[in-house]
Amino acid sequence: MLTASLRDRGALTVARTLQQDALQQFCSRPAAQQTAEDGLALQQAAAAAVRFPADGRYLGSWRRGERIAQDGRGLQYSDPANVPAGGNCYACHQLKPQEPAYGNLGPSLLGFGTRHGADAVTLKATWTQLYNPHAVHLCALMPRFGQQGILTEQQLRDVMALLFDPDSPVNQPSQANE
Amino acid sequence: MKPPARQPQGFGPVAPAARARWRARAGWVLTFFVLACLGLPGLTCAADRLLSFHNDGVGKASDEMARFHQEMLEDNPSELWEARGEQLWRTAAGPLKADLTGCDLGLGAGVVPGAFARLPRWFADARQVMDLEQRLVWCMTQQQGLTRAEAEQDHFGNGPQRSRLEALSAWIAGQSKGLPMQAGIGHPEEQRLLALGERMFRYRAGSHDFACATCHSGDHRRVRLQEVPNLTDPADARQAWTSWPAYRISQGELRTMQYRLADCLRQQRLPEAVYGSELITALSMYLAHQAEGGIVTAPGLKR
Repeated sequence: MLTASLRDRGALTVARTLQQDALQQFCSRPAAQQTAEDGLALQQAAAAAVRFPADGRYLGSWRRGERIAQDGRGLQYSDPANVPAGGNCYACHQLKPQEPAYGNLGPSLLGFGTRHGADAVTLKATWTQLYNPHAVHLCALMPRFGQQGILTEQQLRDVMALLFDPDSPVNQPSQANE
Repeated sequence: MKPPARQPQGFGPVAPAARARWRARAGWVLTFFVLACLGLPGLTCAADRLLSFHNDGVGKASDEMARFHQEMLEDNPSELWEARGEQLWRTAAGPLKADLTGCDLGLGAGVVPGAFARLPRWFADARQVMDLEQRLVWCMTQQQGLTRAEAEQDHFGNGPQRSRLEALSAWIAGQSKGLPMQAGIGHPEEQRLLALGERMFRYRAGSHDFACATCHSGDHRRVRLQEVPNLTDPADARQAWTSWPAYRISQGELRTMQYRLADCLRQQRLPEAVYGSELITALSMYLAHQAEGGIVTAPGLKR
C-alpha cells in the first residue's frame, strides 16, 4: 500500500524511508503493545551506540549553534541538496530570551548552562540527548540528530556551545519574555 | 438517508461589490502581515501564525484576533473558487462533451448538497473508498471520458495555472456548510481504511522519526508560534477537518485536504505523496472519523 502511495523524490527513496528500524517500530505501537523488555533493550542499544567526540571537545561556537537552532531546512524533498541540515531547535524549545517564536513540544532551555553547569557528566548527558534522545527518554518526540546523521559532529558541538557557553545568549539573564 | 435540502447559495458571478470589498480589505491584510513579518527575525511571522489559531480552532489567541478573523471570513476569497467550481460542474468537457451533473458523490447522481459531509465513503461502482477529490477524478473519467492522468493533471493550482479539482472541491464542500460530518464507517473497506489511517497517524518514519502524532496528539502544542490541533481530540479534529478546503492567504490559493496532508508528509521528511493515493485516503478517513458530528464550515480561511 505505502509504496504505491509515495514516490521517490530527490534523495528520499520510498524503500529506505518506509523501512522502519526497531526503534521506530516500537515507538509507533500503542502503549499496550509495548513490552518493558523490548523497551529496555532498545534504550540500552541507543545508549551504547552514542559516539562521543574522539578529541573530548564538546563545545564549538555558540554563534554557529544559534544559526543551526534557527534553521528549519534539511532533509525535506523540497530542501536544496548539499546544504547542511539545520536543527530547528526553536520549533520545539525556548532558547535565547530574545527569540519569541519558539515552540513548546520540548522543555524550555532558557538559561540551560547556567542552570546545569558544564561538568563532564552534564556535557556527556546532554551530548547523548542530542545524539539519540531515546537513550534518555525512550520514544521521545525529538529526532536522533547524531544517530541519524541529521547534524554533523561539529554541528552538534556548536549546538552544545549554544546551550553551555557562558557567552551564549541562552545563558544571559533574561529581561525580555516571561 | 438524505440530508435536509439546502438552498444553493446564489453563487454564479460573484457580486462586484463583494470583490471590491475583498480587494480593499486584502490591501489592509497584506499591509498588516508585511509589517508584522518585518518585525520578526528569520522565518517566523507572528501575525500570520496567530491568524491560523482560529482557523484550526485551538482557540487561545486574543478575542481581537478572533474578531479580525471573523470579519475576514465574511469576504473569504474562496467564493471565487466556489463560483468557478459550480461553473465547471455544469460545463460540458472532455471527449464525451459532458458536464458533471450526472456524477454520484454518494447521495445519488447529481446530488451535491450534503455530499461532502458524508465523505470519504465506499463507492460500489469504483469498488473503492474515495474522498471528494478521488470521486471527482472518477466522475471526470466516467462522465467526461478523460483519463485519470488528464483529470489529475492540474490537481494543485499554481497562480495562473488554475486547478479544476480545487474549484470543484471548494464549491461542493461549501454545499455541505452547516451540516454535521458523518463519513462512512459501515463497509468493511471503510473500516479497513479507518484502521490503516489510525496506524499511519502514529507511524514514525524517515530521518527525523516523525509521525503525524508527533505534533498532533497533545493539547496546546505549538511549533514555533504555530499552534497545532490535537487531532486525537474530537473537538480539535472537528474544527480542523470541517474547515478544509480553505483559502490560504500566504499562498493566494485555495487548497484541499489532499494538498494539506501531502504537505504535512513533506515536512515529516517522507517522499512525495501520490495524489489520490491510499495513504492520503486512509489518513483522511481517520481524521473525518475523528471529526464526526463537527459542523462543516468549509471553505475556510487560513494563514
